[in-house]
Amino acid sequence: MAGCKQHTPEALAEKAKVLRKHVISMLGEAGSGHPGGSLSAADIMAVLYWHELRLDVETPHWPGRDRFVLSKGHAAPILYACLAEKGYFPVEDLASLRKIDSHLQGHPDMRQTPGVEASTGSLGQGLSIANGMALAGKMDNADYRVYALLGDGELQEGMVWEAAMTSAHYSLDNLAAIVDYNRLQIDGTVQDVMGLKGVAERFRSFGWAVVEIDGHDITQILAALDLARGTKGRPTAVVAHTVKGKGVSFMEDQVGWHGQAPNAEQVQVALGELAGGKE
Amino acid sequence: MAIMKATRDAYGETLVELGKENPHIVVLDADLSASTKTNGFAKAFPKRFVQMGIAEQDLMGTAAGLALAGKIPFASTFAMFATGRTYDQIRNSIAYAGVNVKIAATHAGVTVGEDGGSHQMIEDIALMRVIPGMTVIVPADFIEATAAVKAASAFEGPVYLRLGRGAWPVIFPENYNFQLGKAALVQDGDAATVIACGVMVGKAQEAAKLLADFGIKIRVLNMATIKPVDKEAILKAAKETGAIVTAEEHNVIGGLGSAVSEVLGEGWPVPFERVGIQDVFGRSGSPDELLEHFGLTAKTVADAVKRVIERKK
Ligand SMILES: Cc1ncc(C[n+]2csc(CCOP(=O)(O)OP(=O)(O)O)c2C)c(N)n1
Ligand SMILES: [Mg+2]
Repeated sequence: MAGCKQHTPEALAEKAKVLRKHVISMLGEAGSGHPGGSLSAADIMAVLYWHELRLDVETPHWPGRDRFVLSKGHAAPILYACLAEKGYFPVEDLASLRKIDSHLQGHPDMRQTPGVEASTGSLGQGLSIANGMALAGKMDNADYRVYALLGDGELQEGMVWEAAMTSAHYSLDNLAAIVDYNRLQIDGTVQDVMGLKGVAERFRSFGWAVVEIDGHDITQILAALDLARGTKGRPTAVVAHTVKGKGVSFMEDQVGWHGQAPNAEQVQVALGELAGGKE
Repeated sequence: MAIMKATRDAYGETLVELGKENPHIVVLDADLSASTKTNGFAKAFPKRFVQMGIAEQDLMGTAAGLALAGKIPFASTFAMFATGRTYDQIRNSIAYAGVNVKIAATHAGVTVGEDGGSHQMIEDIALMRVIPGMTVIVPADFIEATAAVKAASAFEGPVYLRLGRGAWPVIFPENYNFQLGKAALVQDGDAATVIACGVMVGKAQEAAKLLADFGIKIRVLNMATIKPVDKEAILKAAKETGAIVTAEEHNVIGGLGSAVSEVLGEGWPVPFERVGIQDVFGRSGSPDELLEHFGLTAKTVADAVKRVIERKK
């Protein structure tokens, strides 16, 4: 069963667009932060938060909720956009991102922001946290599911593969890892920085079910998460091929937009593009 | 107006200089070369630059191997990942083995700013200081950082260099004589001594000015080498000025304040206070707002000085 309400793929795509606009506005206000990896994950996040995750916004700590861990914590803006749109806190708070008196920290801080399930930012640690949550679910015979979103550069951390062993060893079929495979990190392309060929095969050889999709195709994301939910006896890795900076032409596939905020003019251009055609 | 420059820039520029002089110098980075400033060396000496990807434990282990095979490796990433993630590799593969690796960590402390507490390393001095045989250096400005990188390269053994992200006032003259293991007298006085490191040296200078307005003349010592700490200078200051305040952009537990208090406690107890981060994590904000928020200002230093002087009576 799908977690929350059923939305059409078109409605989810529209939601992703709203999230992308928030990301741009927030980063423009903040003057620093990470647009590229926030935008590449927007479609995945829209499907997770408006289709897949079973949550109770009124009771953020409801024990039966599904859990989402943003292992690539620098993509905090896209997570905050989701949480605000879901109603965990006012949308107006987004403008306070990274400011001294804000509850919206540069990287997710579960002690400050309602709806954030894990404090992340130091790459490589999220899948282990997700494993712990999934193991607890098994111990308690709870039916909640756990999702972790990882960067492709992040997969260079050895800890990810220690965690990947754990997920498979304990047959954590209540867990799915989604890799935002946007081919870029900070110092260049993932292949140039530290070649990481055959990500899908790697997870498969570790004992995972694996599905490779276009991470901007809502129907494929929906199908992949359906498949993960239906897979018994092992965890599922969704290798989502994405474009870093997706949706803003001058940011797309540009390594320089990993960790740089748009200026006022660029914000206007970006918002214009995101609004394009669908007003 | 003071010239503003970042210690990480001193590191990047000096690496290129050293690279020309010494073919054994190699540099490793973990997907942050534009931020740590090792990209200059990477461009000038591509064959002697090793990109490790986002894999800091592997970075430290590989640096150890390079050193064991005769290289002088400088391993760089943010202080958070250079000491936290890699503690065991530094402790066992590098320090326990006495291997000649230089760990040059940038983006230390709360002046990282907007990235927030997950990236603001305030425990690194403590972590590195407790490792037997580790040398720990915290340069106060661009000039001192330049000298410290050279000194680290000439020194045989593991060194931890703590560098910052932001551009801060240049304090020392071009001909400044940096000596590893020696405190530098920034200004003299006899009412009390402020022993500072890093960004807080400039704040201590400002504090001295604030206090001078009240007719209080203090000594300011820059303790760039936190290990081995300059015991002689600490005891001399205790005896001659009778009260000590430490100031650091680090947790008050385990850093410069702890190192100084250990020397005072065993050798010459005097009224003493530690200015630093009061055992809490950092948060997002601009560097200046955060210095204010965590009480890392000239005013907090001056207030602490007044209190220790009061306690002398
Ligand atoms: C342990 C650790 N090392 C380094 C960093 C600095 N850092 C932040 S983002 C990033 C690149 C991430 O690349 P990727 O995982 O591909 O993320 P995406 O492309 O989705 O933004 C790095 C090196 C970090 N946050 N944590
Ligand atoms: Mg990437």
